[in-house]
Amino acid sequence: MATRYFGAPIPRLEDPRLLTGRGTYVDDITLPGMLHAAVLRSPHAHARIRRVDVSRARQAPGVVAVFTHADLPPALAGPLPKLIPHPALVHHKTQYALAADKVRHVGEPVAFVVADSRYRAEDAAELIEVDYEPLPPVVDLEAAVRPDAPLVHEDIGTNVCAHYTQRVGNVEEAFARAPVVVRERFVIDRGTAAPLETRGVVAQWDPRMRQLVVWDSTQAPIPIRNGLARLLGLSQAQVRVVAPDIGGGFGPKIMMFYPEEVLVPCAAMQLGRPVKWIEDRRECFVAMNQEREQIHDAAIATDRDGRILGVRTEFLYDAGAYIPYGLIVPIVASTTLPGPYKIPAYHCEFRAVFTTKTIVSPYRGAGRPHGVFVMERLLDRVADQLGLDRAEVRRRNFIQPHEFPYDVGLIYQDNAPLVYDSGNYPATLDKALQMIGYDRWPEEKARYRRQGRYVGLGVACYVEGSGIGPYEGCRVTVEPSGKVYAATSVGTQGQGHFTSFAQIIADVLSVPVEDVVVTTGDSGAFGWGTGTFASRAAVVAGTAAHLAAQAVREKALKVAATRLEARVEDLVLEGGRVYVRGAPARSLTLGEIAVLANPLRGTIPEEWEQPGLEASRYFAPPRGTFPNGVHAALVEVDPETGLARFLRYVVVHDCGRVINPKILDGQIRGGVAQGIGGVFYEKLVYDSGGQLLTQTFMDYLLPTAMEIPEVEVAHLETPSPLNPLGIKGAGEAGVIPVPALFAQAVEDALSEFGVKINEMPLSPSRLRDLIRAAGPRSSP
Amino acid sequence: MKPPPFRYAAPTSVDQALALLSAFGPEAKVLAGGQSLMPLLNLRLVRPGVLVDLNRVRELDYIREDDGEVAIGAMTRQRTAERSALVRRLLPLLADALPLVGHPPIRTRGTVGGSIAHADPSAELPAVLLALDGSVVVRGPAGTRRIPAADFFVSYLTTALAPEDLLVEVRFPAHPGAGTAFMEVARRHGDYALVGAAALVRLRDGRCQGVRLAFTGVGPTPVRVAEAEAAVEGRELTPAVAAEVRKVVAARLEPDSDIHASAEYRREVAGVLAERALRRAADRAREVG
Repeated sequence: MATRYFGAPIPRLEDPRLLTGRGTYVDDITLPGMLHAAVLRSPHAHARIRRVDVSRARQAPGVVAVFTHADLPPALAGPLPKLIPHPALVHHKTQYALAADKVRHVGEPVAFVVADSRYRAEDAAELIEVDYEPLPPVVDLEAAVRPDAPLVHEDIGTNVCAHYTQRVGNVEEAFARAPVVVRERFVIDRGTAAPLETRGVVAQWDPRMRQLVVWDSTQAPIPIRNGLARLLGLSQAQVRVVAPDIGGGFGPKIMMFYPEEVLVPCAAMQLGRPVKWIEDRRECFVAMNQEREQIHDAAIATDRDGRILGVRTEFLYDAGAYIPYGLIVPIVASTTLPGPYKIPAYHCEFRAVFTTKTIVSPYRGAGRPHGVFVMERLLDRVADQLGLDRAEVRRRNFIQPHEFPYDVGLIYQDNAPLVYDSGNYPATLDKALQMIGYDRWPEEKARYRRQGRYVGLGVACYVEGSGIGPYEGCRVTVEPSGKVYAATSVGTQGQGHFTSFAQIIADVLSVPVEDVVVTTGDSGAFGWGTGTFASRAAVVAGTAAHLAAQAVREKALKVAATRLEARVEDLVLEGGRVYVRGAPARSLTLGEIAVLANPLRGTIPEEWEQPGLEASRYFAPPRGTFPNGVHAALVEVDPETGLARFLRYVVVHDCGRVINPKILDGQIRGGVAQGIGGVFYEKLVYDSGGQLLTQTFMDYLLPTAMEIPEVEVAHLETPSPLNPLGIKGAGEAGVIPVPALFAQAVEDALSEFGVKINEMPLSPSRLRDLIRAAGPRSSP
Repeated sequence: MKPPPFRYAAPTSVDQALALLSAFGPEAKVLAGGQSLMPLLNLRLVRPGVLVDLNRVRELDYIREDDGEVAIGAMTRQRTAERSALVRRLLPLLADALPLVGHPPIRTRGTVGGSIAHADPSAELPAVLLALDGSVVVRGPAGTRRIPAADFFVSYLTTALAPEDLLVEVRFPAHPGAGTAFMEVARRHGDYALVGAAALVRLRDGRCQGVRLAFTGVGPTPVRVAEAEAAVEGRELTPAVAAEVRKVVAARLEPDSDIHASAEYRREVAGVLAERALRRAADRAREVG
C-alpha cells in the first residue's frame, strides 16, 4: 500500500474553514422562533431548599416558562444516570437536572428560565425567590473524611463513596527489608479545563418529522442521543445529536448528563419551540466539571543502588458533590503511577470523597499528572538521598525494550489488565537528555549562577494509557462523483480528525486527501460509538476508518473485476483508478465503479454483499495502547519575587506510528501549554465556605503566548502491535509530566536554598513561602 | 453574564454630560473605555440606571503642555498617550508605565481619565499620578476645580468625585531629564500586578534628589512611602542605602492578603521592587544626565 499521506505533515483540511470564521459552533445555531434559557444556580455550597417561588419570574417580560424540580417530568426528577459503575463505588450518587431538596455545590442548577432573550431570561432568574437553609460546607478533603464531618449525602452516612485498593507483590516485605525508604505527602489542587468555547445546547422538536435535533457541545454525541431517547421516551432514531465544531473539550464535555443537556431538549419539546442555552464564562467556572484535587501519602523503598523494591500510595480523591463519572480519575492516577519503571511490589489505595464543590470528572491527563508527580518526586528524593544522578536512577529502573508486552499487574480504567504493548524507554530518555544538554548541565548551571541567575533543569518520564475500547466505527462511501465520504461518530474538538482520518482513508483508496470528506460527531451521519476521550480517537476511530476504507477498496476491486473481466488479484488501484496490472489504458475510476455497484437494472452478485461502494467497520481493541515520553526543561526562578519562567522546553514522545507530525506537534504543544498553566498560573480557589473565589479570567489565570516557551518536539516511533496502523494516542501527552518536571526544575534552580516542592500548582507568593520556610539560607 | 436593564445616553459635549449627571445623580455611571465597567456590568456587580457614554465627547481627547505640566484629556486613549512624543519627552515615568497597562487592545480602548477615575489600587496610572504629585481637573455643578492626587484617591475604587462630577483632565507634572522606572511583578504579562513600584530620581554629583517612590497593589489606594524617599534623598544609592530602602518599604506598608499573594509577599516584594526600580531610575538618570 502506498503511504503518500500517512506520516506526512500536511496542513489541516479544516483550517481554512475554521480560521476564516466559517466554523459552526453551537452558539452559531440560530433557528426561527428560538427561545433562550438561563439557569438559576445555587449561591450556597450546601443548603436545604425550603421553598422556591417562581411566581414573579413567570410574570416577567418575555418569559415563556420557568422550571423547578417540581415541574420536571418523572423521568427527569430523579438522579441522572450513573455513567461508569464500579464494584468499589458503593455510593454512586449522581446529579439532578434541577436540585430537589438540597444543593450541594455553588452553581448547582435550581431553576431553568426560558424567555425570548437571554437578557430577559437572566432578569427573570433574579426574580426567583429561593428560601435556603444553609448547611455546613464540606470543603477540605481531609476534614471531609473525619467521622464528625457534615454529610454531603446524609442517607449514606459517610462522605467516602469508594475505597479501592490494588496490590502487586508483597509490599510490606519490600519495605521491611529495604535499606532506603522515603515517605512524602503530595498535594495537587483544583483546576478547570477552561475551553475557549463553553458548553452549550440547542434543541429543536420537529412535530412533523417527530424528531428531536440537539446541537450539543459534547465529546460524546452518541451516548447523549441514546440517553436522551430513553429519558424522553423516544426511539433512538427520533433523536439526532450533533456535536458541531467544538472549541475545545479536554474531558469535561462528557458527563451524561449535564443538567442543561436534558433541560434544553425537554423544554424544546414541551414548548414546541427551539431553545438555546449557552454557558457563560462564570457558569463555566462553577457548573462545568473540574479536576485534579488529590492528596497522596506515598513512599518508595529501594536498594542502595536506587533500584525500586516497592512503592505505595494512599490517597484521597475529591469527587465533588456527585460522582457520575465513577472512579476513572483515581484509577488512572493509581495505574499511571508506576510509569516506565519496574516496581516489584506496589500498593495503591484510595478513598473517593464527596465534598460540597463542583463535580470532578476527567480533565486532560485525568489522574495521569498526579501519578507521574508522585512517582517522579519519589525518584528525585531517592536520587538526593543516595547522591545519585536523577537520570541514572530512572535508567536503572526502566522496563527494557525486550520486556514487552509488560504486565504491570494492575487493572486499568477499561477493566482490562494493565499491559504495556510496546516502547523504548531508555532511548526516549537518552534523546531528551541529549536535546536539553544534560551532560553539560553542571557547567551551564554554574555559568548562570555566575551571572546571578537561578536556573534549574527538570526531566520527567511517563507512560500514558491511551486508545482504550470499547469500540468505534466508521463508514466510508465512494459516491459516483468519485468523492469519498467518511463518517464516524467520535466528536472533534480541534484534534484535526478531518485531516488525519482523511489521510488514512486516502492512502487506502489511493485518492487525493482533499477528496476525502470526513463527518464526525453527528448521530444522524453515524449512529454507533462512545466518544472522544482517553486519547483514543485516532487509535480506535482511526483504525476503524482504515478498516472501512480497506473494505471499500476490496469491494471496488470486486466490482471492477466483473466489468474488466479480470481476476481481483490481477487488478491495481492507483491514482483513484482500477486497471489490470500492465494495462492501465483501460481503467475505471472509483466514481465509475460506484455507479456500477449501484445498478438500476440487473442484479448485484452475492459476493458484493451490499449495493454501493460503501462499507462500515468497527474496531474494538481488547485493551489500551501505551505511548510514553520524556519532557525536559530549563526554568529560571527569581528567588526574591518568586517569579518563574521556562527558558527551554523539550519533549521526546513515542506514540508509535505518526499519522501527521504537524497535528501531533500541535497536540503536544497545546498540552504543554495547558500543563504549564496548571503548575504556575491556574488554580481554583475555594474559601472555607465553599465559595469559588476564582470565577473570572481576571482571577483564574490561563497562560498566554507570553508565558509559554517554544516547545521543541522529537518523536520516536515504536509501533503498537495492537492495531494495524501501529498507532498510539497522543491527546494527553503534553500535559502529563509538567508538574513533576516543574517541581524538579524549581528545586534544582533553588538548590542552594534547599527548597522542597511537594505540591502543585505553585505561585510566586507560594514559592516565596517555600523559600522563606527553607531556612536561614533563604536570604539571597 | 448579561447586564441588567439600563438606560443609555451618549452626550457629545462635556456640558451635555454634566447635565445628564446632574439630572440622574448617583443613578448614572460614566462609561469611558469600558475596560473595567463592561465586565462589572455583565457580572451584574454594578447596576446603573443610566449609562453616560463619553465616547462621543471629542473635546476630552487631547495631550498638551501647559504650565510645566502635561494636561491629558480624560478621554485620551492610553494607547494614544503611549505613542505621544510629548509624553515620552516630558513624562518619562508615564511612558514607562503605559506599556504595562493590560495589552494593546485594552490600551486602545482604555482611557487615561478612566483609569484614574476607576482608582484601582493595582493600576499603574494612579500610582504615576501620585508619585508625580499630579492632579485632576473636575467639572461639577459648582464649576471647575482641581484635586491633587493625594486627595483624589480615597479608597479601593473610591475617589473624591461626587456623583455629579466629571473628571475632564489629568495633569502630570513634567519631569524631563529625570531617571524613572516602573517595575512590577505580575502573574502574567499584562495582568494587574501583584505589586508595582514607580521610582523617579535625579542625580546631582551622584546623589539622589527629588526622589519619588509609589506603589501599586499594597493598599486600598496607590501608596507613597515618604520615609523610603527620605532615606535616599541627598544620598548616593549605595548597596547599604538600597537595602535600607527595602527595609523601610517593607516595614511601612500594610498590604492585605488575597488569593494571588499574601500580605507578607507583597511587603517583601514591594521592598525588592523599590530597590530595583530605584537602581534602574538612577542608571537612567546617569544616562540622561
